[in-house]
Amino acid sequence: MKRHLISAADLTRDDAVLILDTAEEMARVADRPIKKLPTLRGRTVVNLFFEDSTRTRISFEAAEKRLSADVINFAAKGSSVSKGESLKDTAQTLEAMGVDAVVIRHGASGAPYRLATSGWIDAAVINAGDGTHQHPTQALLDAFTMRRRLVGREAGLGQDLSGRRITIVGDILHSRVARSNVDLLHTLGAEVTLVAPPTLLPVGVGHWPCEVSYDLDSTLPKSDAVMMLRVQRERMNAAFFPTEREYSRRYGLDGDRMARMPEHAIVMHPGPMVRGMEITAEVADSDRCTAVEQVANGVHTRMAVLYLLLGGNEPAVTHARTEETK
Amino acid sequence: MSKILIRGAKVLGGEARDVLVDGETIAEVGTGIAAGDATVVEAEGRILLPGLVDLHTHLREPGREDSETVLTGTRAAASGGYTAVFAMANTFPVADTAGVVEQVWRLGREHGYCDVQPIGAVTVGLEGRKLAELGAMHDSAAAVTVFSDDGKCVDDAVIMRRALEYVKAFGGVVAQHAQEPRLTEGAQMNEGVVSAELGLGGWPAVAEESIIARDVLLAEHVGSRVHICHLSTAGSVAIVRWAKSRGIDVTAEVTPHHLLLTDELVRTYDPVYKVNPPLRTERDVMALREALADGTIDIVATDHAPHPHEDKDCEWAAAAMGMVGLETALSVVQHTMVDTGLLTWEGVADRMSFKPARIGRAEGHGRPVSAGEPANLTLLDPAYRGTVDPAGFASRSRNTPYEGRELPGRVTHTFLRGRATLMDGKLA
Ligand SMILES: [Zn+2]
Repeated sequence: MKRHLISAADLTRDDAVLILDTAEEMARVADRPIKKLPTLRGRTVVNLFFEDSTRTRISFEAAEKRLSADVINFAAKGSSVSKGESLKDTAQTLEAMGVDAVVIRHGASGAPYRLATSGWIDAAVINAGDGTHQHPTQALLDAFTMRRRLVGREAGLGQDLSGRRITIVGDILHSRVARSNVDLLHTLGAEVTLVAPPTLLPVGVGHWPCEVSYDLDSTLPKSDAVMMLRVQRERMNAAFFPTEREYSRRYGLDGDRMARMPEHAIVMHPGPMVRGMEITAEVADSDRCTAVEQVANGVHTRMAVLYLLLGGNEPAVTHARTEETK
Repeated sequence: MSKILIRGAKVLGGEARDVLVDGETIAEVGTGIAAGDATVVEAEGRILLPGLVDLHTHLREPGREDSETVLTGTRAAASGGYTAVFAMANTFPVADTAGVVEQVWRLGREHGYCDVQPIGAVTVGLEGRKLAELGAMHDSAAAVTVFSDDGKCVDDAVIMRRALEYVKAFGGVVAQHAQEPRLTEGAQMNEGVVSAELGLGGWPAVAEESIIARDVLLAEHVGSRVHICHLSTAGSVAIVRWAKSRGIDVTAEVTPHHLLLTDELVRTYDPVYKVNPPLRTERDVMALREALADGTIDIVATDHAPHPHEDKDCEWAAAAMGMVGLETALSVVQHTMVDTGLLTWEGVADRMSFKPARIGRAEGHGRPVSAGEPANLTLLDPAYRGTVDPAGFASRSRNTPYEGRELPGRVTHTFLRGRATLMDGKLA
């Protein structure tokens, strides 16, 4: 694996499967009474959040703590990017403190890439979401969730998602989750279809390794997983679609639509869900919806990523068991 | 007065000639001219061009002297072979009154590395609402002939129409920065395959093309002339070509960087590539080269846009737009247009001196290299090969996309009215 995790596109198939397998091992740790590994003892990880995201921050923090890392939370909120010195200055401060990894969330696309490549800092950089660009650990936890549900917890080990059909619905244009998922799912052998009104698809989407459709109903019957993206209400004011009602009617997932999906198919949502707009309460609360599992899986997956970027080359669990027998 | 004999230079890339400069003018062009008491510049293998004229320079003074001043900017110009530059109006304060344009003009005269012709703003404060005192700026000591809100588009069709009409009274020209503002809200790079992947706000080609299409039609309707700044797309070229075929009085410019660089470079997220208009695709670059060669695009203009290091040493979204260009322009044009066989050196003289001087009505510039003409001259070594090192720039800013890149050619001498401003590659 590379030294940083900036984009889901950076991962090879083997990298990705290794992360998912490692995440399964991490999940076993979560089932124990003491949910902690000594792996990153003495290592310092900074959660550098320029943009509010309590969910993602807590998920990373839990992962870091379970690996016994020293954790520093740095909320650089409000520091405007009007002059942009803040990122570089902050990076250099962290460098001086000798941190080993920086988990960065930033409103500007490319900020984690700059942080990793501009020589401002030496630490490993993990992208926790940048602008409308990438959110690779989200894609990994989504893939982990799909593999568990569609292939199986044990049966999935060593496996990718070959031949699985995944549909991603909603605001693709502004979604780093969609970009990351398209890259990773393609690498893992899945067939991805993006569904959205044409206004919410980026120009150039035709070059992505996926299918594109404007019609949700025709794609549902052939989907193994349907991932609903959040649509922000303010998009309406920018004329991306006429009204909330029309959006829900054409692209929202309700019980009737869910019934058109195959029996085994799951409904996913990166959260936070706003019931009513893109997903009805009925769907969100059904067993087929994995939104809550995704949150738990996020911790396992992030532990795996941190372990593999910062830890040793040995399998995490061997390490853990050695520790246990002492 | 001092005499200079430039010996054996290929004038406009043609036969080797001796050029004798006496005082401010060219005294003689021929072969075997005796040196007498003249200082001799051995110029065998070099190309002699009329002094270059840049219709689109940002000198940043007044207001952003940390980026560039009239002094440092004109020194950069002389280093790049320029004898005249047109200074854009988006300074602080904006050059929208006779007072500010005269200030810039006087600074240019005092420093003397090249002539500085201020460009006046079209609208007060570049706000696009109210015409600035175009006539007063023309009547001032600066004798402004070119008006532009560059950096911003004159997007109100009525204001644009009135400006085009109004400047007819004194033979002025409006230079438009074509960028439909609503279509480019939040735009950070060319809209296309790369922007979709990088998650950067897209800047569609049509935002430029729709304004150009409108403006050539307005110019036709009111019988005025319009100049289009920094064309960047194949579609813009097609519109200008159509307008010219229809007899509309339009001229257009292209920057050196749009002749060479593409949006693929943005994959590095290195703000050195962040520029307005944005770098486009390979297809656009090829169309721009072709259009410059066939005359659809009239001139090369640098859009020299200096920024201090800290404005570029940050994340992409926060970085300032623009790149410096005066000192590398001729090398990039040689690389993209001459070495590719698209343009002769005579063509380069036409696109970088004769025509820009004519469009901006720069007195004494863009004249033939012949006896009796003002001795505004540029001498370059086309065989030179080297990598660009911004540490050696005369510009106060270093925001060049060419750092470490090999570019051909080097300006060795620049003469402004017979006085060397650049001598053997060193500022005089
Ligand atoms: Zn401009």
